[in-house]
Amino acid sequence: MTQTSEGIPQTAVTRIDLLLVAGMVEPGSRVLDVGCGDGELLRLLSETRNVDARGVEISQKGVNDCVAKGLSVVQGDADVDLADYPDDGFDYVILSQTLQATRNPRRVLEQMMRIGKRAIVSFPNFGHWRVRWQLGLRGRMPITENLSYAWYETPNIHLCTIRDFVQLVELVDARIVRAVAMDSSGAPMRVNAPWWAWNLFGEQAVFLLERRSADKS
Amino acid sequence: MTETLPDSHPSLAEAAQPHSKVAVFDESQPLAMSAGVSLSPFTIAYQTYGALNADKSNAILLCHALTGDQHVANSHPLTGKPGWWSALVGPGKPFDTDKYFIICSNVLGGCMGTTGPASINPATGRAYGLDLPVVTIADMARAQAMLIDRLGIDTLFCVAGGSMGGMQVLQWAALYPERVFSAMPIATAARHSSQNIAFHEVGRQAIMADPDWRGGDYLAQGVRPVKGLGVARMAAHITYLSEEALQRKFGRKLQDRAEPTFSFDADFQVENYLRHQGSTFVDRFDANSYLYVTRACDYFDLAQDYGGSLAHAFQGSRTRFCVVSFTSDWLYTTAESRAIVHALNAGGAPVSFVEIETDKGHDAFLLDEPDFIATTRGFLRGAAKARGLPDAGEKIP
Repeated sequence: MTQTSEGIPQTAVTRIDLLLVAGMVEPGSRVLDVGCGDGELLRLLSETRNVDARGVEISQKGVNDCVAKGLSVVQGDADVDLADYPDDGFDYVILSQTLQATRNPRRVLEQMMRIGKRAIVSFPNFGHWRVRWQLGLRGRMPITENLSYAWYETPNIHLCTIRDFVQLVELVDARIVRAVAMDSSGAPMRVNAPWWAWNLFGEQAVFLLERRSADKS
Repeated sequence: MTETLPDSHPSLAEAAQPHSKVAVFDESQPLAMSAGVSLSPFTIAYQTYGALNADKSNAILLCHALTGDQHVANSHPLTGKPGWWSALVGPGKPFDTDKYFIICSNVLGGCMGTTGPASINPATGRAYGLDLPVVTIADMARAQAMLIDRLGIDTLFCVAGGSMGGMQVLQWAALYPERVFSAMPIATAARHSSQNIAFHEVGRQAIMADPDWRGGDYLAQGVRPVKGLGVARMAAHITYLSEEALQRKFGRKLQDRAEPTFSFDADFQVENYLRHQGSTFVDRFDANSYLYVTRACDYFDLAQDYGGSLAHAFQGSRTRFCVVSFTSDWLYTTAESRAIVHALNAGGAPVSFVEIETDKGHDAFLLDEPDFIATTRGFLRGAAKARGLPDAGEKIP
């Protein structure tokens, strides 16, 4: 078998949440990655978990990078173009570090739950103590490693805390199958830690969701 | 043959004796046409580039646009100009002739050697003219499939084309899903819009209004409706460009004069340019052929053939698609491409879609657009990997 010159070793996958997300996907399933960027996660999924991986990406450069990797990716906007996908087209719909940049996060999550049997969402936690420190005590809009933009140029227009997200999950009639919060070192926090601790010390969170009425077809 | 053609124009010579390979399908292999009749015998003129590999898995069919032809990557026998897709086809180019076996045939109804209205009707010994049944995109694809059979190829690695060529790509993918490993419909639509039918009708009426059209019988009468055909081309050519590109290229600049002449001369450069486009076109194209190929586009509505749902046309398809549109293309808009992508998604087919940023309008698909070329290269490379073909630049073991 020939090895292509552009073959990227898996060590190139550096974002910890990508590995976590990939670990939530059953091998051999159908996956739609919304906001798939340069296709790093899709590639990881198709190479290590044998999934039928598809993507949606807003930037032409991102789409070109993906297509060049042999991935099936459509140029589109999560806020607009998810409406074009049929019900139950996928086993998983993934939104990795993109929810906070959508214009209508609730609508996007509803669409994800319609298109996929399950949804995986990862996002930066705006309830983290560093964020609270900067806003609450210094009185400034927070700039952290995960949220590195100044307020006047950030694409992150709908930030939320882990507790806020849990409430949104209720609103869209979904159920949490699994949730993982990562501390600032990127390590997953203890599973039995209480929500308030996650919300305070979790820097990022990854949620695996399914429809509350899971048998809906 | 009972009589010879009075007109020995070079474009008619190509129709009769093309500078191409030809495949003749005799009475034993009639073509069943959408119009409900069968065409027999008929001829397909085609060009090939590169070499077919041992297991015949590296063949690519390129489908030409309305007034294109099979001369995709060689100099044109009538105009001497480079092939229409020289930017993308050749050694080391995305459609790499060192790696792939590339086939391009003149469409049914064309005038470069495949049976069309300027070809001799064996029943009468005279040019078909309007006696040729109206041709559809599906007829074009079915005829191409017979050529691919003749070449002994089962599955095409890729079928690609822009504009009317893109319609043929979609038709191929719908008619022969198991024979198309990957498909690139570019700057195209799954149905011809009302506006596009309207533009075509203007062109046809210009031809028919020319007294030399003679009800379509001009070849027998030794004349050609060059004025009408030229005007048709001028009107169509505007639709291939964009307002921005025209403004950038010509603005209101005058042609070889300092002041307007207060006449109906071609004062403006843009007028001169269009007149040139019209007059050079008539040297290489047959007017009746123009009627037939425009009509084929007008009749194209893929969803209609599949119970009104485009998704049904591609249901369960395993063909890998890469749909491409261009931002300034107002003839085949991004919305039309998105409708194709939507249907492919609904049908579960693997699809990629890119909208290329350019101000060059519909014709951008023919030009050296770096992002478009990068997309095409990347898509073919990914598909080649999936097909088990050696990567571009690699030696075949």
